[in-house]
Amino acid sequence: MGGLQKKKYERGSVTNYITRNKARKKLRLSLPDFRRLCILKGIYPHEPKHKKKVNKGSTAPRTFYLIKDIRFLLHEPIVGKFRDYKVFVRKLKKAYGKTEWSAVERLRENKPTYKLDHIIKERYPSFIDALRDIDDALCMCFLFSTFARTGKCHVQTIQLCRRLTVEWMNYVVAARALRKVFISIKGIYYQAEVMGQLITWLVPYQFSHDHPTDVDYRVMATFTELYTTLLGFINFRLYHSLNLLYPPKLDSKAECELKEENEEDYALNSECYLEKLSALSASLARMVSSAEEEEAQLDQFPVEGEDMEKLEAREREQKEQEAQKKLFDGLKFFLNREVPRESLAFIIRCFGGEVSWDKSVCIGSTYEVTEETITHHIVDRPNASTQYINRYYIQPQWVYDCINAKIVLPVEDYFLGVTLPPHLSPFVEEKEGDYMPPEKVKIMALQRGEKPAQEQEDEEEEDEDEDEEEEEDDNDDEEEDEEEDEEESEEKNLKKMEKQRSQGKSLQVKVTPGKMKVENPERLEQEEKAEEKRLAIMMMKKKEKYLYDKIMFGKKRKIREANKLTAKRKAHDDAEKANKKKTRK
Amino acid sequence: MKKVREKTAKKRSKEEEEEEEEQIFNFKDKPAGKEEEDEDLSDSEESVFSGLEDSGSDSEEDEKESDDNDDEDDDDVTAVESKQPKQTEEEEEKEEVVGGVTEREEEEKKEDEYEHDSSDEEDIRNTVGNIPMEWYKDFPHIGYNLDGKKIFKPIRNKDELDDFLDKMENPDYWRTVHDKQTGSDIVLSDEQVELVNRLQKGQFGDVNFNEYQPSVEFFSSDVMIHPVTNRPADKRSFIPSLIEKEKVSKLVHAIKMGWIKPRRVEDDTRGRFYDLWAGEDSSILGRHKMHLPAPKIPLPGHQESYNPPPEYLFTEEELALWEQQDASDRKLPFVPVKFSSLRQVPAFSRFIHERFERCLDLYLCPRQRKMRVNVNPEDLIPKLPKPKDLQPFPTTQSLVYRGHSGLVRSISVSPSGQWLASGSDDGSVRFWEVCSSRCMKTVQVGGAVKRPVCLSTCRPHSYVASSCECGRAVHQVAWHAKGDYLASVMPDHSSHLQVLIHQLSRRRSQNPFRKNKGLVQCVSFHPVRPYFFVATQRSVRIYNLVKQEMTKKLQANSKWISSMAVHPGGDHVICGSYDCRLSWFDLDLSTKPYKMLRHHKKAVRGAAYHRSYPLFASASDDGSVIVCHGTVYNDLMQNPLIVPVKVLRGHVITHDLGVLDVTFHPTQPWVFSSGADATIRLFT
Repeated sequence: MGGLQKKKYERGSVTNYITRNKARKKLRLSLPDFRRLCILKGIYPHEPKHKKKVNKGSTAPRTFYLIKDIRFLLHEPIVGKFRDYKVFVRKLKKAYGKTEWSAVERLRENKPTYKLDHIIKERYPSFIDALRDIDDALCMCFLFSTFARTGKCHVQTIQLCRRLTVEWMNYVVAARALRKVFISIKGIYYQAEVMGQLITWLVPYQFSHDHPTDVDYRVMATFTELYTTLLGFINFRLYHSLNLLYPPKLDSKAECELKEENEEDYALNSECYLEKLSALSASLARMVSSAEEEEAQLDQFPVEGEDMEKLEAREREQKEQEAQKKLFDGLKFFLNREVPRESLAFIIRCFGGEVSWDKSVCIGSTYEVTEETITHHIVDRPNASTQYINRYYIQPQWVYDCINAKIVLPVEDYFLGVTLPPHLSPFVEEKEGDYMPPEKVKIMALQRGEKPAQEQEDEEEEDEDEDEEEEEDDNDDEEEDEEEDEEESEEKNLKKMEKQRSQGKSLQVKVTPGKMKVENPERLEQEEKAEEKRLAIMMMKKKEKYLYDKIMFGKKRKIREANKLTAKRKAHDDAEKANKKKTRK
Repeated sequence: MKKVREKTAKKRSKEEEEEEEEQIFNFKDKPAGKEEEDEDLSDSEESVFSGLEDSGSDSEEDEKESDDNDDEDDDDVTAVESKQPKQTEEEEEKEEVVGGVTEREEEEKKEDEYEHDSSDEEDIRNTVGNIPMEWYKDFPHIGYNLDGKKIFKPIRNKDELDDFLDKMENPDYWRTVHDKQTGSDIVLSDEQVELVNRLQKGQFGDVNFNEYQPSVEFFSSDVMIHPVTNRPADKRSFIPSLIEKEKVSKLVHAIKMGWIKPRRVEDDTRGRFYDLWAGEDSSILGRHKMHLPAPKIPLPGHQESYNPPPEYLFTEEELALWEQQDASDRKLPFVPVKFSSLRQVPAFSRFIHERFERCLDLYLCPRQRKMRVNVNPEDLIPKLPKPKDLQPFPTTQSLVYRGHSGLVRSISVSPSGQWLASGSDDGSVRFWEVCSSRCMKTVQVGGAVKRPVCLSTCRPHSYVASSCECGRAVHQVAWHAKGDYLASVMPDHSSHLQVLIHQLSRRRSQNPFRKNKGLVQCVSFHPVRPYFFVATQRSVRIYNLVKQEMTKKLQANSKWISSMAVHPGGDHVICGSYDCRLSWFDLDLSTKPYKMLRHHKKAVRGAAYHRSYPLFASASDDGSVIVCHGTVYNDLMQNPLIVPVKVLRGHVITHDLGVLDVTFHPTQPWVFSSGADATIRLFT
């Protein structure tokens, strides 16, 4: 055979991948710079299908990037800036070493900086793309805004994060976009719907952080750099979509109200503004002063059949949403000083409630404790010292639960000193067969409009129903066994007779009245079907059988877990009941 | 030697003389210099006094003080004292000559005066200078006076004792100082002692000097009316500087040429945001199509709540398990906790960790699009024709034939379907009436030794061929369709005499194979054509008996074939194997099985076709007989339809053996099965 011998690893999938080190050398960057570039440009490694082939026969663990990605990075202007920065640092070090302070100053003035605008635009060609990817940005910014100025990152970054998050919250308030909230042990989750995108973010509790040592803050800072830019542009666009001024300005009317005599004592004028914004108690100024938000009416299109149903469902949903947006309209809240002010003020304002707090807690309180029209006073203590008659004293969980249930829940369960009902996650959507805690059932009943007075009975009944249902599920499995049992019993009788016969004994001549065998036609049908299914399963192909078994295994596990939870709950409830009885006695 | 010494002595003397001369010369020179100095001095002093004449009294006091000082200094200082009066005289003489000298000059002169008034030169009687006096140890003199005369050592014969006595007796001993230069002892006066004391304490030598005089602040912060100096402004202060001009022009030039860049304006736009997506050009690059967005963080469930429902909290066992597990194995990355109120919720200690891990995931994790199979499991189940539509097939157990005491190895039904023969491990062959399940006859074949019995019934003649222990175990017997031939199998690894074909009419046996091609499991005749099927462990060979050659070799894809059955049409074969499979061969299609049926859970021991109905059955060690519907079409293009229709159970598993053989009734859709529980069962 003629021709050149084909060399190994020069064709095929090898040519599509490049190892990290080679990529780094190709770009002529140090590892930290390469890492930063990857973070900013959103380049991630790829796992080749045949690792050994790509790795040129070696099985050493390597990170592979697509060679196209690396080529794409070659043209990035920021790479040049990274090199400039390296040179800058070198020069600065030299100047320090020589104690040439004028040179140091000059260098510092000419410190190379870069902007990420083009990267944002490139990574997110449309606004919706950017919105979709904003979850992590929000989480990170909220985290960074809670950092103390301890040198873990630049103070400017912290301030910028704070500013952006405050702007975001103000937008959510103005757009009334919040949908769900959840108090978890990690922090408070919020979910908002912005331009049809569900955006979830997590805000840590307001405590100082115990900074771990095994975390690379440079990586986080790079992410934050990108995220702040992204969030800034998104905020700008969102504010403009609502005809709000950006950077946000407080409504002039509201501003006048907020003006107080002792304002100067509180903070500098420049800082004061952000503080007032972050108080979230005043509405924002609009570019065009429209009195009310005009609500877009859905145009009616003549549709038929299934589309009609869909349309109706959509309309219903929209109505529900509108109702939810006005959940707290007309309610006036007052926050005691021990409740998380920012979170509560944010969510209450998102749903149209009015909120205030003690003047000494934060700037921007709008009314005093003594105000007569306050309807709800949120307290997180066992008891309040002075109580006004015409308002409810409730625990903060009530507000969160109301939002998740989309209705104003009865306040009885949330009075001071009362054991709170469990706080459920609004993000869990139970499908058929999943375990549903009884509290959720209760809330769903409330949503349907049933009266809470009958609730307790209902609850019990429902519990029973549930149990029965589950039993039925079990029955399906058991039925088959039963059939077999019956067969077995018949066989036993036969066997007995046979034995007697074989042993040569004369059969008992006694005639016993026979029993009518009641054949349940439904049951027979079921049995037939079950057998058919079993036979069909036998005929399945190997691959499909494997898949089927896997799916069924998963299903069974789910059922098992649900059963476990119900059992646990039942045990708990029983124990409680017993306790109650004991205490009664 | 002496001469040399003399010479050296002479030389020395000469040198000394020369030295003396030189010294003399020097001395001669010196006075001249002195005089000059003196003149200078005189100038200075004259000026001093000339300036101070007006004030008068002060200067006189000064003079007196200086005189006093001189007096105090030393008694021996005579020359200087004598000089001073001279100077004063000269001053007085020259006073008149120089009158109008400015104050500044006076000051300068004053400084000059102090320069020469150093105490080192006060007491110059010995002119040797500041040298170690040991050098004059061996000489009678210790130096030279101003006139060049030798100063001889005072005659001192003080030894240590004298010194001591002197110390003891002389009251002034402590204030006596030995002057090495003159070799004399000097007794210090009281004033001198006091001066020494003061100096030792670090005080000023002068008693009258007040070191804490009120200082006049000359350069103070207060703006005075008058300038400090009266000097007129310099010319350079109002003429533009040429050097500066040159420097500025250099800078201007550098700026013009672009060598110096103007200081950068603070970038205002950096924190500023604008509408980035204003011109929303939908220029979606290929990259964006390829881009996989990172999956979002899963949303929290009820467990994560600060106040979860009680069933989500861990019990003690669960908690222990959680703690034992590795962090990657845990179902939940945290332990659910319940707090009775919101104010008690602490900060989550791993918050930063989790964010950081998310960051790492975002830029370090390889992303891959994985197709998630999202199928309804019901859809996976194949749609088969309903067994109801494929009737008739045996459904229920109707009769049990009991009588054997050992495993029933093989059964066979007579062509009429009235009789059933069974061979058992108890060494007997029993004949049963099918309908009544009665044992009509028992034939003991194996004698005393219980050996497996195999049998087969010939179709046209109702002969029963049974095999038993005759030297070696006969494993199987098979009849030809015409009933004249009979094949028997004696599995043996080594010999080529495994299969024998017996001809009944001639009472003759022949060995068809010359070579041993593996352990033969079972054999069968083709129902119509002159073919002979031989199943070895892993394959089935088909021989053409007329041509005496192998026509086909079927690969069963199983480890060990246990049984084989040929379809009455002759184009299909089923093979049961000990690895739980039943393979269906379509002889027209390929040598590989058309279908593998993995219905049984244990080894398949028997397989059979129905003669007229499209049914086949397989018997297995799991105690079940599975009846399948297998329609074979005459049309070659249509594949056979295989549907399992019934699982028949009834046999009891004994010694891990279930059903050993299975046969169909020749006319009815009934199936007989014999099992290890020593029974034969009929399913109708």
